[in-house]
Amino acid sequence: MANPNITIHPEVHAEHAHHEHDEHHDQHWLWKYIFSQDHKVIAKQFLFLGIFWAFIGGALSSLFRIQLGWPEATFAWLEPVLGTWVEGGKLNPDFYLALVTMHGTIMVFFVLTAGLSGTFSNFLIPLQIGARDMASGFMNMLSFWFFFIASAIMFYSLFLQNGPAAAGWTIYPPLSALPQAMPGSGAGMTLWLVSMALFIVSQLLGGVNYITTVINMRTKGMSMTKMPLTIWSFFLTAILGLLSFPVLFSCALLLIFDRSFGTSFYLSDIYVAGEALTNVGGSPILFQHLFWFLGHPEVYIVILPAMGIVSEVLATNARKPIFGYRAMIGSLLGITVLAFVVWAHHMFVSGMNPFLGSVFMFLTLIIAVPSAVKVFNWLGTIWRGNLVFTTPMLFAIGFVSLFISGGLTGILLGNSAVDIQLHNTYFVVAHFHLVMGSAAFFGMFCGVYHWFPKMFGRMMDEKLGYIHFWLTFIGVYLVFLPMHYVGIAGFPRRYYAFTAFDAFSQFGDLNMYISLAAILAFLGQFIFLFNFVYSIFRGRRSPLNPWHSNTLEWTTPVNPGHGNWPGEIPTVYRWPYDYSKPGAAEDYIPQHIPFSQTTSSNLPNEKELE
Amino acid sequence: MMSPALNKDFNNAPKQIGVDPLKFTTWLFIVSICMMFGAFTSAYIVRQSEGNWQQFDYPQGLLYNTIFIVLSSVTMQWAYIAAKKDNLKALKAALFITFALGIAFLLGQWGVWSELVQNKIFFGGATANPSGSFMYVLTGVHGFHLITGLVFLIIVLLLAFKFKVHAKSLLRIEMCTTYWHFLTALWLYLYLFLIAYK
Repeated sequence: MANPNITIHPEVHAEHAHHEHDEHHDQHWLWKYIFSQDHKVIAKQFLFLGIFWAFIGGALSSLFRIQLGWPEATFAWLEPVLGTWVEGGKLNPDFYLALVTMHGTIMVFFVLTAGLSGTFSNFLIPLQIGARDMASGFMNMLSFWFFFIASAIMFYSLFLQNGPAAAGWTIYPPLSALPQAMPGSGAGMTLWLVSMALFIVSQLLGGVNYITTVINMRTKGMSMTKMPLTIWSFFLTAILGLLSFPVLFSCALLLIFDRSFGTSFYLSDIYVAGEALTNVGGSPILFQHLFWFLGHPEVYIVILPAMGIVSEVLATNARKPIFGYRAMIGSLLGITVLAFVVWAHHMFVSGMNPFLGSVFMFLTLIIAVPSAVKVFNWLGTIWRGNLVFTTPMLFAIGFVSLFISGGLTGILLGNSAVDIQLHNTYFVVAHFHLVMGSAAFFGMFCGVYHWFPKMFGRMMDEKLGYIHFWLTFIGVYLVFLPMHYVGIAGFPRRYYAFTAFDAFSQFGDLNMYISLAAILAFLGQFIFLFNFVYSIFRGRRSPLNPWHSNTLEWTTPVNPGHGNWPGEIPTVYRWPYDYSKPGAAEDYIPQHIPFSQTTSSNLPNEKELE
Repeated sequence: MMSPALNKDFNNAPKQIGVDPLKFTTWLFIVSICMMFGAFTSAYIVRQSEGNWQQFDYPQGLLYNTIFIVLSSVTMQWAYIAAKKDNLKALKAALFITFALGIAFLLGQWGVWSELVQNKIFFGGATANPSGSFMYVLTGVHGFHLITGLVFLIIVLLLAFKFKVHAKSLLRIEMCTTYWHFLTALWLYLYLFLIAYK
């Protein structure tokens, strides 16, 4: 913000244009690929780092699934990797807590927030609205590098002697506030907070850019109601982030003060090892309020971009206009607004006034309405469509399936009375892994397969894509369906082992089965990794518009340079969903085709636009 | 061939609303800062309502600082008007005075902190109550943002000396003015808030 290096004298740049021409071609690789200000390069940087984190996060989950599935087993074979975290063949219980914490943190923030929004908002916003680049390329670059530093710090914390943060991804104090509470609340927690503070800065820099770009830099004719639903979802995601991440920052800042400066915002009347701490007057519930004010919008920050991507891919591959375009925008808006007034449903058992609980329950259940609107519209879109089962289409349908099955249990959990039984059990874990974890991953895969040709100018392999899809789809259900039963049986989250409880002994096999499925599904992801890396270099070359899609990005060259369109930016005349329009020569009419060229298919109200 | 200066003149792309993207960006940052202080002040109210809240007298300096920062906003506006009228002499003078008043405000806030410490109102430690800690957090985080405002001010001042701020080049001083007025308004909000929720 303090460095507005943008056109003050447009006429000067025009004069410089030819003179800078040669320099531009010989741009140093450091500025072209590393400290690039081109939104497409930054998007790929986010994607690569996101994929890296996804594999770390997945590997961590495999480790704790091994522990949960085979609690009696010895881990001596893992000693070369885990070192002292394996003691006498047993996984250290503190390390187990660190594993679940880091798995959550990495997946929620680094993969599904930065990896998903960072990749697709950056890549698609300028390309689909017809802009040369983001409003501020410099801020966009900073956004990635803040994320990179945050990543480096978080990654480093994995190797600390006392382990990384271990108080759960929600880092509730006093557990997270007192270094003497557990090994993970020492240096690991400090680094977690520092890393997240930088991460928030990165998200704000990115989000401010996305919003500004969508509002200010759309090409001629691209009105808000002609925008693809992807852009609408990225736009609203960025607004959610802009409003909620600063609150997390405040929340984390107060926790930092409690940890390192002896304040008592969240701490009061605590005894550690028989000794009273001096902190008086703090309130741990305050932390929960502040945290969930971000924490709940955060789950929509994760799922909205996936919804946008899926809407776009479903319409393209069903060769049908999206069903209920305005209702889709309306439901996105509804979810965005409701996201801010439901946070306390995470706190039904935290000691809240029951009346307040009823209010939050009511508001929470209302979210079912826009969600159902979206589901019905997706189903309406593929209903009797001319479906093309490309890999992204399979992932899009998979997304809808996961969103339905995960969303239904949300209706149960949203009830404050039912939540007393289910709170903090594996039922919750199963619910959010289906509805926001796996579903958002499916949205991300869908996006990667669909826009890979635009990113790298090559196609990903379809057959490997199918194998990857079915392994992941079946794997996800095999993992999370049984987990609901485990949750109803009362298994609490974050427990190291259940062998000490007789009541749980009959579910030992089920846990082993879940673990087996989880590890297989994780291994299946290496097929994707291979396909991804191989296709970047050796994939089949992509045609200009491989999916016969309507949106503007397919009007750029196969490998667009900085500035996206070599000539003028195309003007937009129509909405992006003119698929299979009766009377049209082809089954798609891209957005930049004027009505005067499609007289045979124009509707009566479009005649006057010819 | 695409124009090589694209990454510099993408601003010239057609705009749907009449606001410069960077000015709009400034407003968005202001929104995010508002959310941050919204969080702090609501935390303050929630925490206060739970009891165990130590009351203490605010140092007199807070009032003087408030006067300083309001005056600085007046001079900032003066600088902006001077830039619009191409009155470069007045522009530089006004920016200088704004900067000096900003520094005076920060020093004054530092004085407030020392007085609080003298009155045994501490930020942290065994005898600290959240009421005092909140006071330090609100003034401290506002002070941090004021420092970023001062940095922005220095940049505009340097540009003014290079004759790069004038009637036909107002973008940066406009953004700086917006931000500075916001910091004043934010302080007025915090000051009134602290008085109202003692």
